[in-house]
Amino acid sequence: MKQELINLKEEALRALETAGNLEELNDLRIKFLGKKGKLTVILRGMADLKPEERPAIGKLANEIKEILEEKFSQKSLELKEIAKKERLKKEAIDVTIPSKVALGHKHPLTLVLDEIKEIFLGLGYEIVEGPEIELDYYNFEALNIPKDHPARDMQDTFYITEDILLRTHTSPVQIRTMENRKPPIKVIVPGRVYRSDEVDATHSPVFHQVEGLLVGKNVTMAQLKGTLITFAKLFYGEERMVRFRPSYFPFTEPSAEMDISCIACNGKGCRVCSYTGWLEILGCGMVHPNVLKNAGYDPEELTGFAFGMGIERIAMLKYGINDMRLFFENDLRFLEQF
Amino acid sequence: MKVSLKWMMEYVDYRGSVEELAKRLTMSGSSAESIEYPGRDIKNVVVGEIIKIEKHPDSDKLLVTIVNVGDRALQIITGAHNIKEGDRVAVALPGAIIEGGIEIKVQNIKGLESQGMLCSAKELGLDDHGLPEDMKSGLLILPEDAPVGNDIKDYIGLEDAVIDFELTPNRPDCLSIVGMAREAAATFNIPLTPVSINLKEESGERIPDKVNVTVEARDLCKRYIARIIKDVKIKPSPLWMQRRLQVCGIRPINNIVDITNYVMLELGQPLHAFDYDKLTGGSIIVRRGNNGEKITTLDGQVREISEDTLVIADKKGPVALAGIMGGAETEVSAETRTVLLESANFWGPNIRRTSRRLGIRTEASLRFEKGIDPNLASMAAERACELIERLGAGRVLKGCVDVYPEPVLPGKLPLRVDRLNALLGTEISKEQMVDILRRLEIEAIEESDQTFVIIPTFRADITQEADLAEEIARIYGYDNLPSTLPGSIATCGKLNRNQKLVDEIKQTLTGCGFSEIYTYSFISPSAFDALGAPEDHEIRRIVKIINPLGEEQSVMRTTLLPGILEVIRFNLNQKRESIRIFELGTIYIPRQIPLKELPVEKRRLGLAVCDENLDFYYLKGAIETLLLKLKIRGAVFYPGEHFSLHPGRTAKISVDGEIAGFIGEVHPDVMENYGIEDKRAYVAELDLDLLLDKASTEVKFQPLPRFPAADRDVAIVVEEDVTAGSIMETIKEAGGELLENVELFDVYRGNQIPEGYKSLAFSLTYRAKDRTLTDEEINRLHSNITEHILKKFNGRLRE
Repeated sequence: MKQELINLKEEALRALETAGNLEELNDLRIKFLGKKGKLTVILRGMADLKPEERPAIGKLANEIKEILEEKFSQKSLELKEIAKKERLKKEAIDVTIPSKVALGHKHPLTLVLDEIKEIFLGLGYEIVEGPEIELDYYNFEALNIPKDHPARDMQDTFYITEDILLRTHTSPVQIRTMENRKPPIKVIVPGRVYRSDEVDATHSPVFHQVEGLLVGKNVTMAQLKGTLITFAKLFYGEERMVRFRPSYFPFTEPSAEMDISCIACNGKGCRVCSYTGWLEILGCGMVHPNVLKNAGYDPEELTGFAFGMGIERIAMLKYGINDMRLFFENDLRFLEQF
Repeated sequence: MKVSLKWMMEYVDYRGSVEELAKRLTMSGSSAESIEYPGRDIKNVVVGEIIKIEKHPDSDKLLVTIVNVGDRALQIITGAHNIKEGDRVAVALPGAIIEGGIEIKVQNIKGLESQGMLCSAKELGLDDHGLPEDMKSGLLILPEDAPVGNDIKDYIGLEDAVIDFELTPNRPDCLSIVGMAREAAATFNIPLTPVSINLKEESGERIPDKVNVTVEARDLCKRYIARIIKDVKIKPSPLWMQRRLQVCGIRPINNIVDITNYVMLELGQPLHAFDYDKLTGGSIIVRRGNNGEKITTLDGQVREISEDTLVIADKKGPVALAGIMGGAETEVSAETRTVLLESANFWGPNIRRTSRRLGIRTEASLRFEKGIDPNLASMAAERACELIERLGAGRVLKGCVDVYPEPVLPGKLPLRVDRLNALLGTEISKEQMVDILRRLEIEAIEESDQTFVIIPTFRADITQEADLAEEIARIYGYDNLPSTLPGSIATCGKLNRNQKLVDEIKQTLTGCGFSEIYTYSFISPSAFDALGAPEDHEIRRIVKIINPLGEEQSVMRTTLLPGILEVIRFNLNQKRESIRIFELGTIYIPRQIPLKELPVEKRRLGLAVCDENLDFYYLKGAIETLLLKLKIRGAVFYPGEHFSLHPGRTAKISVDGEIAGFIGEVHPDVMENYGIEDKRAYVAELDLDLLLDKASTEVKFQPLPRFPAADRDVAIVVEEDVTAGSIMETIKEAGGELLENVELFDVYRGNQIPEGYKSLAFSLTYRAKDRTLTDEEINRLHSNITEHILKKFNGRLRE
């Protein structure tokens, strides 16, 4: 019986070597160690042994069983490892195939406006909006532009009725805000505006502006400069040069235009800046006393500054876009660049 | 406005470069747009005298001339025939450069050497409009006293530098050479040369005997000056004058007209010359027009006159549109012997209206519109008369008629140094302020311990303190003002709830693969037909633009669909296979028609998908994602109708029972109307204001479940028209508190399912908050629910 056991062990170990996969291994385990396996069959013969032989044979049988189980589980691990490696090998994919997940894109005008908003929010401004279809009063009269004022020529207006029009700038919201709030007022006003310009590379009957207004005690033109220089440096970079030139707007006095050194040529002079080295970025000034009065404020007590810029122009300069029509054509090949 | 540097330097002692002038004036408020250098490139052209003319031996068309150019005589061949011996001409010497950069060389013309070229006006860059006919087709013949051998550039004043200024409408006083000289004087702090006029008025006759001026419309005409010039000799004006007009953008015509234009450019006061003999009754009446009156203006057009047109009339009728354009009938012509010169002041707003109504803008109307100092009129008339005398164009009669009932006097403002400094944020001394203002001809005076400044009448734009602040600041230099931050006004900048939500909506939709579009707010009225909107649909109640750019852009949108469909079409034309877009836009709803008050502006969210691989449910999924992001829970999609959409593929969306919008496949007819073929597109339009209103921004933590959940499935076969949504609603109702969730996981048609039926399979999740549910409990509830829906939807269980 002892020999039988030893033979069994040898046989099982040889068989183990030949097992090529987990299934074969499992079959072998059942064949040798299973409930009806060879070892069990041999051990059933224990009953025929003399009682004094039994402990030694029993011990041997247990040792062989332990050895075999150890070998089987070792082999099992090996085979699992091999199987895993094969699976991983088989599962290789072509990682260079392009994916199909699509990302949408915000409109470049949204992106530019978001950036402007972020800067002014940081400077403590709130964002307010107003109607696009406006009363002549808010768009012109209250802003110190009476009927027949030559400044009305600066802005060709779409009319709905004699007194109702499509706002030509975001400035009417200045008056509405001053009427609805108490000073100090510190707001920016983004919005859509309209002028009856024929469409070309630099004109659009629909475009966007962002307006700023600060009204309070002891507001000065020096503060206007400081605020806008801060904005320009944050938006266009610390190295940008900024200059202020006198200008004219009926609703500010003194009035100014702010220029920055040309983004394309850094002020050397190029086609983008018409060889002046400067780019006109925004109009600004101290709120005209008549405008303060129209909003019910006393210009002796309160002063303020206001500024406004065209978002399309800012975006065109920022991204190097050369045709304003692109913003409203909505060619996805354009939109997806942003 | 174009300003000749040479001309300006007659009035200001400026010695720097033109570039520096342009730069500094830009920084003091007169924006220089460009600088031109007319005549700069012309070289080696001199005055010559023709000594001899002979025919070319081998050509009938050519002449051989001997020309004295001062230091020598040259043989020059010319094709022009308007010359005679003794004429003075412009001679391009060998090596000369003429207009257009053309170099003149000695050359052989049909066997004879030509040692240069005789020049026409055009070859010198001169406008020949004011020259006699023979000089237009032939050579420029110079006056007899032209100094032989002199450089033609010096003689005619050919070389100049011209700055084109873009002036602001508040500074009509700058629309003149003298006005800009004044700006230069103030900017550079250099002396201004005053205008000095030396008028002889030789004739003994007096004007009042010859002309009768009546100003009826006193509100529209503040001043009217008339002067008479006799023995007028109409001829071209001198070349230097023509050249100055030309470089400033005005065509030369004849001496009298050129003088009026010259004075307008120089002083800013438009003048008009009438042929006196053609004025009926020798009278000038300044009045409003009568309806039905007509006038033929100088440009040959017949103009309708209305009651608010200011006209200059004689006894017979209108002879000029005041301040805009003269009439053809009284135009100065070669036969004119006596001229009535008008120097008047008309009310800007009226001129502006008439000029707009008639569509005529002239150099004169441009200046009157913006307002001119009435005190300028007398000086301008005198300056013109002086030039007439100087150029020998006629005899100026003594005196003038001057109707000026209410003379304008200089204004006076207090100079409050502290207030000005407080507004500017500066510490400019009083002395410096006074000096700056003096340079602008604004003089300070002391009166009872207070300082005042006297505003000259040509500065009608200065009416209050803020205007003085600007004058001081711009001459002081905006760049010299300090720059600080308004620290005293410390506020907290923050987006409000809706602004944050709008940002989140854009973020979510771009994350879902949709790109943002911006379309025009106005659409074509025909868009409603293209969308298939019924005749009486409220969407057709629109806000109309009176003066649109075109019919296509004449009404304010009441829906975002037209813009979206146009964008789909545009991108399909660019061969785009996949289009996923959204727009946050405003629509405009009139409260009444015609509009009496502002319309309601509502915000809409439009979405669209056009892609072979994407369907209705893709777009619906994006909207559901958005609703999830906005934490809007009560949203329901249910079958609905929309005129632009596929009748079987349209859903309305409601939130808490309120209509929030629609979604669906675009109707094939609408696709066709938009020129889109063989494609399907899915669109949605949502009420953004409602979504913002319903969005929830507050989060309250719910404890995580402590007891296990159990799932049970049910598959039910129902008729095609039963919606999954209605079954799910019913399941939820029947399930009550213990039913945590229900999901549709399979829709099946085909084998084992009869035609006209479908199988819907749902997975139901049960859970109690306070205990573990027993199998028995769950099975009982599940079978109750199953029975309930089978009965309600007339279905049967799928085996």
